[in-house]
Amino acid sequence: MSLLEVTGLCKSFPTRRDALGRVREQHHAVKDVSFSVEPGTTFAIVGESGAGKSTTARLVLRLIEPSAGSVTFDGIDVCALGGRELRLLRRRMQMIFQDPSSSLDPRVSVGESIAEPLVVFDRTATTKAQRTERAAELLERVGLAARDRLKYPSEMSGGQLQRVAIARALTLHPDLIVCDEPVAALDMSVRAQVLNLMKDLQSELELAFLFISHDLSLVRVIADHLAVMHRGAIVEQGPAEQIFAAPSSEYTSKLLAAVPVVSGPGSRQRRARTVMEDA
Amino acid sequence: MTTQASPDAVAPEVESPPRLLDVQGLTVEFRTSAGWSRAVDDVSFDVHPGETVGLVGESGCGKSVTMLSLLGLTRRANARVSGSAVFEGHDLLALSAKELPDIRGNRVGTIFQQPARSLNPAFTVGEQIAETIRHHRQVGRKEAWRRAVALLDDLSIPNAEKRAGEYPHTFSGGMCQRVMIAIALSCDPALLIADEPTTALDVTVQAAILDILRAIQDERGIAIVLVSHDLGIVNEMCDRTNIMYAGQVVEAGDTGELLAQPRHPYTEGLLQGLPENMVGGRLQAIPGNVPPLDELPDGCHFAPRCAYARAGDCDAVVPPLVLDDGRAVRCLRSDELDLVGVGAR
Repeated sequence: MSLLEVTGLCKSFPTRRDALGRVREQHHAVKDVSFSVEPGTTFAIVGESGAGKSTTARLVLRLIEPSAGSVTFDGIDVCALGGRELRLLRRRMQMIFQDPSSSLDPRVSVGESIAEPLVVFDRTATTKAQRTERAAELLERVGLAARDRLKYPSEMSGGQLQRVAIARALTLHPDLIVCDEPVAALDMSVRAQVLNLMKDLQSELELAFLFISHDLSLVRVIADHLAVMHRGAIVEQGPAEQIFAAPSSEYTSKLLAAVPVVSGPGSRQRRARTVMEDA
Repeated sequence: MTTQASPDAVAPEVESPPRLLDVQGLTVEFRTSAGWSRAVDDVSFDVHPGETVGLVGESGCGKSVTMLSLLGLTRRANARVSGSAVFEGHDLLALSAKELPDIRGNRVGTIFQQPARSLNPAFTVGEQIAETIRHHRQVGRKEAWRRAVALLDDLSIPNAEKRAGEYPHTFSGGMCQRVMIAIALSCDPALLIADEPTTALDVTVQAAILDILRAIQDERGIAIVLVSHDLGIVNEMCDRTNIMYAGQVVEAGDTGELLAQPRHPYTEGLLQGLPENMVGGRLQAIPGNVPPLDELPDGCHFAPRCAYARAGDCDAVVPPLVLDDGRAVRCLRSDELDLVGVGAR
């Protein structure tokens, strides 16, 4: 059984209302999106800005309510759950954001940030010492030192902070981590380190990733399955290797052709590329 | 300490090949709580008319500060700049605050990473282009406006006449960058400085902007200094490339040769870390982090992360930048090493 099953997901935002507050126009951010994520694998959603990737990610975690469609996590209908049950389910699905320096609280040490989910969910079941120990263990797990738990976000580099954000997402032993552009803000040499870390953690902990990115070359590294989104809809999905080898949709081909590569023709053989109209 | 050369002292000498921009020993330091920290350390490079030169590196390597210094944008009480940057016979670093604006925006155009933030939201894009033209050229409002519209049209903005009268918020990121390019080109510059011009844009829009840059270069013979962290873009755009690390140029040369046969371990590391060089499902990442400027290691700045570093040598002295047959390399061991480039695998 799939870990995550998304069927016919739609989300529209009202863009204009009449005098009585009735919606006259709406923007369909996500249109009839369906996919499934298997345990321990990475499903990537790629697309350009405004394609609806992040909205889809938020819908999956039910951070926003869908207009239509369903999200089933491990056989449980996420959209039907009420407050308490939803909170319990959210232990098992975590999120990593693009910019770790703005997603971590600057006034709290990183150790406390990592242990905070335990305070929220298992305050009575754990002692403070246990929580500190868990934070130290997680920091070592993501390649930092246990003593780093005393540091504040301002004392760490972007790559280190993203490791902290990953550690925090792991605190409650989730089954699924939704990663929204997790390495887009990182430098190229650090980016490779963080992607390797994510792959290692995935194989050790049987994690599933829903990986949102605009960068096809990164997706190639980490994705098992892939969906390409354009203007709110999925235009193509399937095994990543297959899509990279032989994209079936014209849009995917254009996207792939637009990525500049080091091994391609250089400045002297300026290649004529398919240029898409800037909408 | 600023070099106080008067403009006459640096009168242009006709050389072959002619240089449009010649940067020598540029050093930029900023005052921090821990003393002066050196963001750019003895950087030298040159640009010939009509060519594209890349400055490549990770954040904090000094590539943007280098560009800002050329434009006189690091002239602050908390910064000190030394070295020289001779452009069309004027040392950009020694020009007075009065003389600088005659070159900036006129002979040198600039585009930045965040086009939407670089435009003034309170004026129409046409006004912002025309403003630059009227500042540098003796033309009337109507003529300036006509030129602004013509530029937008050149940059394939549909319906240019109408769009010129609209405000930046009605433009997408790629369209804003075209407007920025229009402003930069409005006075027919000889040099365009592009600081990560496509980093904030989608890949397809990026491709369109890079095509535009190439097209205007072919049409107008403008030289471009391109600051980027993306080796793919550098490969497609730059004739020559300078790789920077921790404030220094570590390797420089012809882009194709440099990527095919890197001679500095950092260049090799960047190339091997790319997704196309994945081994066994893993990226070959360079270990460690870029050192903060106030904690630079003794000796070669890259040595602590370098697989080839030799204890006793590499951590003792900062290696000089050695020029050999058009390639400059800052590595003690570059002669002994056989490094892997693109296409070798």
